Amino acid sequence: EKSRTGIMEKLGKAIAGKDTVDAEVLDELEEILITSDVGVKTTVEIIDRIEARVAKDKYLNSSELNNILKEEIIALLKDHAPDKPAEFDADFPQKPHIIMVVGVNGVGKTTTIGKLAHLYRQAGKKVVLGAADTFRAAAVDQLKIWSERADVPIIQQGQNADPAAVAYDTVEAASARGADVALVDTAGRLHNKKSLMDELAKIKRVMGKVVEGAPHEVILVLDASTGQNAMEQAKAFTSFVDITGLALTKLDGTAKGGIVIGVSNELDVPVKYIGVGEQIEDLQVFDRELFVNSLFGD
Amino acid sequence: MFEDLSSKLEKAFQSLKGEAKISDVNIAETVREIRRALLDADVNYEVAKEFTNKVKDRAMGEDVLTAVNPGQQFTKIVYDEMVTIFGQEREDIEVAHTPPTVILIAGLQGSGKTTFSAKLAKYLKEENNRNPILAAADVYRPAAINQLKTLAESISTPVYSIEQKDAVRVAKEAVSMAKSLALDTVIIDTAGRMHVDEKMMNEVAEIKEAVQPNETLFVVDSMTGQDAVNTAKEFNERINYDGVVLTKLDGDTRGGAALSIKTVVEKPIKFVSTGEKLDALSPFYPDRMAQRILGMGDVVSLVEKA
Ligand SMILES: Nc1nc2c(ncn2[C@@H]2O[C@H](COP(=O)(O)OP(=O)(O)OP(=O)(O)O)[C@@H](O)[C@H]2O)c(=O)[nH]1
Ligand SMILES: Nc1nc2c(ncn2[C@@H]2O[C@H](COP(=O)(O)OP(=O)(O)OP(=O)(O)O)[C@@H](O)[C@H]2O)c(=O)[nH]1
Ligand SMILES: [Mg+2]
Ligand SMILES: [Mg+2]
Repeated sequence: EKSRTGIMEKLGKAIAGKDTVDAEVLDELEEILITSDVGVKTTVEIIDRIEARVAKDKYLNSSELNNILKEEIIALLKDHAPDKPAEFDADFPQKPHIIMVVGVNGVGKTTTIGKLAHLYRQAGKKVVLGAADTFRAAAVDQLKIWSERADVPIIQQGQNADPAAVAYDTVEAASARGADVALVDTAGRLHNKKSLMDELAKIKRVMGKVVEGAPHEVILVLDASTGQNAMEQAKAFTSFVDITGLALTKLDGTAKGGIVIGVSNELDVPVKYIGVGEQIEDLQVFDRELFVNSLFGD
Repeated sequence: MFEDLSSKLEKAFQSLKGEAKISDVNIAETVREIRRALLDADVNYEVAKEFTNKVKDRAMGEDVLTAVNPGQQFTKIVYDEMVTIFGQEREDIEVAHTPPTVILIAGLQGSGKTTFSAKLAKYLKEENNRNPILAAADVYRPAAINQLKTLAESISTPVYSIEQKDAVRVAKEAVSMAKSLALDTVIIDTAGRMHVDEKMMNEVAEIKEAVQPNETLFVVDSMTGQDAVNTAKEFNERINYDGVVLTKLDGDTRGGAALSIKTVVEKPIKFVSTGEKLDALSPFYPDRMAQRILGMGDVVSLVEKA
């Protein structure tokens, strides 16, 4: 792989004391962003922002210049970041706090729920899991194993049960048991399948019948290796169930997950978590700066 | 979307009225449009560059500018080039001279390996009259064995699994089991793994070494973006697979990863997976894939008739 670390310096040099950016440097920047799955549209936006900054703030000193790029990218994510992302021991405004986890097939929903359950429990919260993926072969068994690993109870009705009924049960049980937080797993579904998306909307709706305002969070899980289709996914899931946050999984490979920049910006949702492995402790709170640094390989 | 690319190209050509031949200078805008369309479809950055250069070279020799619709004519060149890369011949699964035929399935986490393993078993049973056994060599993922067993049960196919976390042993014993039961095909489902996970990549290489499969298939999610080339290359270096399976094509992804992988590793795409149900499996059609990546409708046939 090409070294990406030099780009900041080059960018600094290329625009120092000038009011335009060297085309060669922009090409290099474009390559970095595109190969990180940032996408053509967002890449053009970032480059435009940089050119505008350079034209406006002429004669910046070179150390300032080095940060322009990162700042501009972080800004796309920053505007939408929550004040205090994911403090697992923070008090919820309402109890039980219901979190529904959604996404296309195989992105890491069930695993992310297992990891979140662990984090909340470690922080002293009382957690309940809901097995509302009743469709995928052995999905309930899989969540059951995660519930054992995290040492939290699971509400389930077995395979092929009505997922909305399981979700309803889960919220009810969470209320009755005085749980702090319930995490509801749902079956993977492609966003272009209308009937499955309608079903998801229904699963969401029934939860609100038990507890006012539930679910309080709807987390869309995106796989970091996914390309431009992630934008389609995010748009469709938002239109059916109104996403409140993103989890970006599988960042332990070489994929950069750059698509979340455009998704976060366009849909006005924060990235809350990143998945960095298959073990229970492999979930981290999203950090914009670290993320942008990793795009540039440092 | 064909209209998209084609009309964009038409626009790009508009400024060229009166020019007789394509040159590096007057083709630049067109090349940029094509490159952008490819990047939007998740074709890898390098692959897109290489591809547009090739298309440009081809166009230089043809009388594109004097055609009635230069935009369409050029789009046709792009499309033809892509179909050529994908290759025309449909490639089948390799069969062993002395049974059992052993098929090894590998890929990243969540790409669709387990589902595909069951689909392939069903397909081989129904289309080729074969008697497969599935080997549960994913000894890590929670409930992976149960998932495979549930799927296998629905197609009345046996599964070989053991309690111990030893994937190489599962694979070897499944092959012995097939021999003793006179089953002619073994399909080995393996755990998802990251190409950068040294230990796990060693494991799959060891499985391959131990069972000497007749066919090794790399399963890849069609929604994959720029990173597809890294993973496809790394798996190929480690297990030298014979073919690629593209999954989740029932979505609306453009699927540029298919072009990237084919260009970089030059292995045939043997199957596509188009749903969660076990009958959602189909052969790979180069022309459909090219149309999908370019976002084209029927206009190719229109150009062909013209
Ligand atoms: N390397 C890595 N693997 C992950 C990560 N998150 C999940 N996985 C793996 O990805 C695969 C799919 O994860 P699941 O949690 O089953 O995904 P899902 O979205 O629930 O899948 P469906 O319910 O089938 O749609 C499993 O093999 C997980 O171990 C991650 O952050 N890194
Ligand atoms: N829509 C759709 N879903 C698919 C397809 N193939 C697999 N899936 C789904 O994708 C998810 C992951 O599939 P698996 O077969 O479990 O993937 P895997 O590669 O075995 O996953 P790991 O063993 O965790 O690495 C499941 O929800 C499957 O039902 C497909 O072609 N289309
Ligand atoms: Mg799941
Ligand atoms: Mg599997």
